[in-house]
Amino acid sequence: MSEVVLRGFGWRHAGRRAWAVREVDLHIAHGERVLLLGPSGAGKSTLLAALAGLLPDDSGEAEGTIEIDGLDPRKAREQVGIVFQDPQTQLVMARSGDDVAFGLENRGVPAAQIWPWVSDALDRVGFPYPITRSTSALSGGEAQRLALAGVLALRPGLLLLDEPTANLDPAGATLVRESLGLLRDTTTVLVEHRVAEALPLVDRVVVLEPGGGIRADGAPEMVFAAYGDRLADEGVWVPGFTIPPLKSATAATPDLVRGEGVGLAQRLAPVTLGVGAGEVLAVTGPNGAGKSTLALLLGGLMAPTAGRITGFGDRRPPHKWRAATLTGRIGSVFQNPEHQFVTSKVADELAVGPRRMGRSATAIAATVADLLDRLRLTKLAGANPYTLSGGEARRLSVATALATAPRLLVLDEPTFGQDRKTWIELVTLLATLRDDGHGILAVTHDDDFVQTVADRTFALGQARLRDPLPRRRRSHP
Amino acid sequence: MNLALQPIANPSAPLARRNPVAKLAAAMLFSLPLLATLDPLTPAIALAIELAVVPLFGVRYSTLARRAWPVLVASLGLLVTMVLFSANRTGTLLLELGPFDVTTGVLMSALGLILRLFAVAVPGVLVFATTDPTDLADALVQNAKAPARFAIGALAAFRLLPLLGTEWQMLTLARRARGIDAGRNPITAVRLFVSTAFALLVGALRRGGRLAVAMDARGFDSGLPRTYARRQLFRTADAALIAAAVTLSAATLGVTIALGLFRPVI
Repeated sequence: MSEVVLRGFGWRHAGRRAWAVREVDLHIAHGERVLLLGPSGAGKSTLLAALAGLLPDDSGEAEGTIEIDGLDPRKAREQVGIVFQDPQTQLVMARSGDDVAFGLENRGVPAAQIWPWVSDALDRVGFPYPITRSTSALSGGEAQRLALAGVLALRPGLLLLDEPTANLDPAGATLVRESLGLLRDTTTVLVEHRVAEALPLVDRVVVLEPGGGIRADGAPEMVFAAYGDRLADEGVWVPGFTIPPLKSATAATPDLVRGEGVGLAQRLAPVTLGVGAGEVLAVTGPNGAGKSTLALLLGGLMAPTAGRITGFGDRRPPHKWRAATLTGRIGSVFQNPEHQFVTSKVADELAVGPRRMGRSATAIAATVADLLDRLRLTKLAGANPYTLSGGEARRLSVATALATAPRLLVLDEPTFGQDRKTWIELVTLLATLRDDGHGILAVTHDDDFVQTVADRTFALGQARLRDPLPRRRRSHP
Repeated sequence: MNLALQPIANPSAPLARRNPVAKLAAAMLFSLPLLATLDPLTPAIALAIELAVVPLFGVRYSTLARRAWPVLVASLGLLVTMVLFSANRTGTLLLELGPFDVTTGVLMSALGLILRLFAVAVPGVLVFATTDPTDLADALVQNAKAPARFAIGALAAFRLLPLLGTEWQMLTLARRARGIDAGRNPITAVRLFVSTAFALLVGALRRGGRLAVAMDARGFDSGLPRTYARRQLFRTADAALIAAAVTLSAATLGVTIALGLFRPVI
């Protein structure tokens, strides 16, 4: 177990005027489990990277000191393990056991010890497959468990977790939290935006103040009693702060788009549903049931292999419409906003759709200005879309879909990974659009979203069963 | 886009089990010297030897044919090219295709080239069909003393490749959702392709960067000597495989020279 001491620590990334973190004084004792909180931009991830020794001297400017067991983090790398958000970019090898062994090989652990340690680490996270299991056959939650095992195999005294469940669906997030709950005997620092779910895993909450210093530090109940309101306002998901429902007052009108028995081979079993103007329809269901596929089909982006989709009084199905016609009728918002960006400036991004539809320059300028204002992006009009934060990128991707004024909006996980502030903005915006007569179809795992704004829910069936595998059959090569 | 490069052989076959580095070296030492000559006999003998050892690698001929289909396509292309552009129009005239005379000379040159192509490609196909990428990287590091930074790094990048296929599809669909399509205009289609490819590249670089940080955090390339969880041994049989490849290659060239058919490239 490790002890962490920060004295007046600060870090400024090279080329930036503002300090990412500053004036942090913190003492974390052996075996403590700390949840690090703060509004977005408070420097949580930078602080974790500093603790992990991942900030090279030449990448910025430091002040104060940071010590792990009395050592500079860059010299204490063997004591520290870090787990990141995205399991796909943490797994190195093709087979699960080899992946856990990777770190042990790097540290020069004698070959005879490697496999027992691998087994031990896999047991600690509750990994259910044999060591030969292909890493590409794992679900997100399973892959993240494996990434955790790869870090635990190195027996770190200090374990750093940078939003380890942010990229996972609820089932996957539960798998990872269960694994974390099993851990003892490591000092842990966790950054996690779903606070309620994370609280059982920690015994201390530290709140970073944006701009420098620490705002609050102590037991979770005490911190939330004193600072709960303010943190909730700043976008932290403080437990117990509910949001009033925003349901539709009027009944939905006939369907804008309707699918009769639509399906896609291997990805979606045939379903029948329509979305009307003036309603928010939530499509829910387990991973692998084909929710995103359904959104792509109804959004006119893919051709179904079964059934038929009609809408907007057009004889032809949506997937045969020209792209410019499509965007004037249906706006699609993808789960990953970056997939949709095609220019290098936020304002240009908003102008793309209207220009493709042949709108006049003055009309385009008016649309862009209006959307920048409504989605609080005016200050970022000149920024590169790829440099935006998660919440900003999400707002921009919704704004790009609105720019062509489509009657129907199709959104894939619109609230996924958003802080409370962006969440409320998005949900309010969608409710307003609905009340103005737009139809909204949202694929979502987010129960709060369904409770707050959905007028109707369409639950897709069970996922196809994964191939059953024998548990705990391990062999050592 | 699916990169079907997983091994497809019976792994217990006598030659499939050999050390990956030995297999790779044998394949190169056997086929590369054959490129020194332009005659059709040398690659024909080599190809006969290669096809004879295929069962020892535990690969079925049908599987080999399926894996080698790009070579089949390339050889058809070679045939067409030779018929159209060959300078050697000697020999008996077999067929007149408009302005192109198809003669025995043309067909012999084409046959020679196609046989060379197969003689070089088949060993490569055999090696990769019988070798797990992880084993190859391990053997390169342990037996060929390749830097781990290069071999393991390439292996990790290789794991991310199949993701590019899904990523490409999402980028294409997202562009349509933004109102961007090419319709029937080929210039727009090319520009759209380039912009999509650029977005794919940017995404791949970012993902690669994140993977590098994660590997760094697990002590990769930290300067400590690495240990090996999986041993790759270089046995006598592996040395024998390489020796056999060199001997057979020399014998093939010997036959050609003895028959006076050797035609050096330069």
